Amino acid sequence: MDLLLEAIAEAWRLLTTGDADVYGITARTAAITGTSTLVSMLIGMPAGMALALGRFPGRRPLVALANAGTGMPPVVAGLIVAMLLWRSGPLGSLRLIYTPAAIVVAQTLIATPVIAALTAAAVMALPPSLHLQIRAMGAGRSQYLWLVAREARLPLLVAVMAGFGAVISEVGASMMVGGNLAGSTRVLTTASVLEVGKGQFGTALALGFILVAVTIGVSLVLSAVQQRAQRR
Amino acid sequence: MRRASDCVLIGLVALAALLGLACGGSAGGELILATTTSTQDSRLLDELIPRFERESRLRLKVIAVGSGAALAMGERGDADVLLVHSPRAEEAFVAGGGGVERARVMHNDFVIVGPAGDAAGIRGGRDAAAALARIANARATFASRGDESGTHAKELALWEAARVARPRGEGWYLETGQGMSATLTIATEKSAYTLADRGTWLAVADRERLPLMVEGDERLFNVYHVIVVNPARHPRVNAEGARRLRAFLLAAETQRQIGEFGRDRYGQPLFTPNPR
Repeated sequence: MDLLLEAIAEAWRLLTTGDADVYGITARTAAITGTSTLVSMLIGMPAGMALALGRFPGRRPLVALANAGTGMPPVVAGLIVAMLLWRSGPLGSLRLIYTPAAIVVAQTLIATPVIAALTAAAVMALPPSLHLQIRAMGAGRSQYLWLVAREARLPLLVAVMAGFGAVISEVGASMMVGGNLAGSTRVLTTASVLEVGKGQFGTALALGFILVAVTIGVSLVLSAVQQRAQRR
Repeated sequence: MRRASDCVLIGLVALAALLGLACGGSAGGELILATTTSTQDSRLLDELIPRFERESRLRLKVIAVGSGAALAMGERGDADVLLVHSPRAEEAFVAGGGGVERARVMHNDFVIVGPAGDAAGIRGGRDAAAALARIANARATFASRGDESGTHAKELALWEAARVARPRGEGWYLETGQGMSATLTIATEKSAYTLADRGTWLAVADRERLPLMVEGDERLFNVYHVIVVNPARHPRVNAEGARRLRAFLLAAETQRQIGEFGRDRYGQPLFTPNPR
């Protein structure tokens, strides 16, 4: 119990004194996971739309694959990306291993199935009559997709939030492909693991609190957007 | 529509910032050091690296894994230089042509630590193998790293010396599969004995709940070597940088720093530099 109280006091001290390391790690985490989420959105949303609306052979197995991919263990995603990016791997010459970009690649592998599966589910849940209405308005292909996305915008926000939540909280992939390098690939989760390793439980807990605060902040912003969208 | 374009703009700015981070990291060449968790958890490297990076203008990437994993990275050419403590495996690695220019950097020792209650009655002994035999006889809980690290290799050698068949699968023998620090925490909570390098034990453990039991056996010697990954075998290895780090670790100033490290915080140094 003493340890827990000490840890909470340490967390408070780190947050209020503006520890430069901790703020650097937080900013880096936001940049890396933000980029991963964005890239996953750019791939996952069109893929999800195609899964929901497309009529092509192999669609059902692909939907099942996306759904199964939502359970991809981060450490497995990390291992796959590491094996590709290690110098001995096929993409070793790119020299991406142990860089922030490597973390983005691994996190994209984690978040894309989540966003794709939830996008597909959101679009499939729209009433079938809607598609007829949009077609009847004489919408072109891109207009059609845009209108469908607009109708499903609330569950699509949830999809983005789920993707973001998956990558900001994972530690296995970031550790494996990033290497937890100070000032470059040390993010909140890997820093927390390192502090536990050093026996600095207070600092580790402080990093955990910041992680939760960032996640809550992002979800507040997204739900504000969501509510505004609802009023319209 | 306005909002969507804003989102894209923010995203692009984030992407640009990230690329900046990535490029900033690789400027001036990089060097990958694969090492054991003990050098990181004890914070020794935090103390040494900044000066190396300043002097060499290289970006040193420290990947802290067990010695077994570090040697495997060297075997594949995924690291440039290794700092490890698993002598038997290192000799095999060098003999197999995986690494060159192996040199001794420092040593400390392993200690057997255990619960204050000391159910196996080993406290104060100097014979590590006899102590393990007593633990096995008493079926007292023992936490093993179980991760093919240097410490794990040492522990297995000691079981062999104690003529105890490897106790894997026994109820009293816990394989944590984790680093030294996590294993010490588990040993403390489970009232288990464990083998630890003195540095990590001093730096991390609760010494009242997990006191020293056995020290001073010459078999508990723990020596760290630096090995340059063989550039003839792996052309992508930064051999020049690796040799620079090797020279840095062996330099008089660094050796002095290693000998002092931890004295202020723990009342005794965690490592002994290599005598020349």
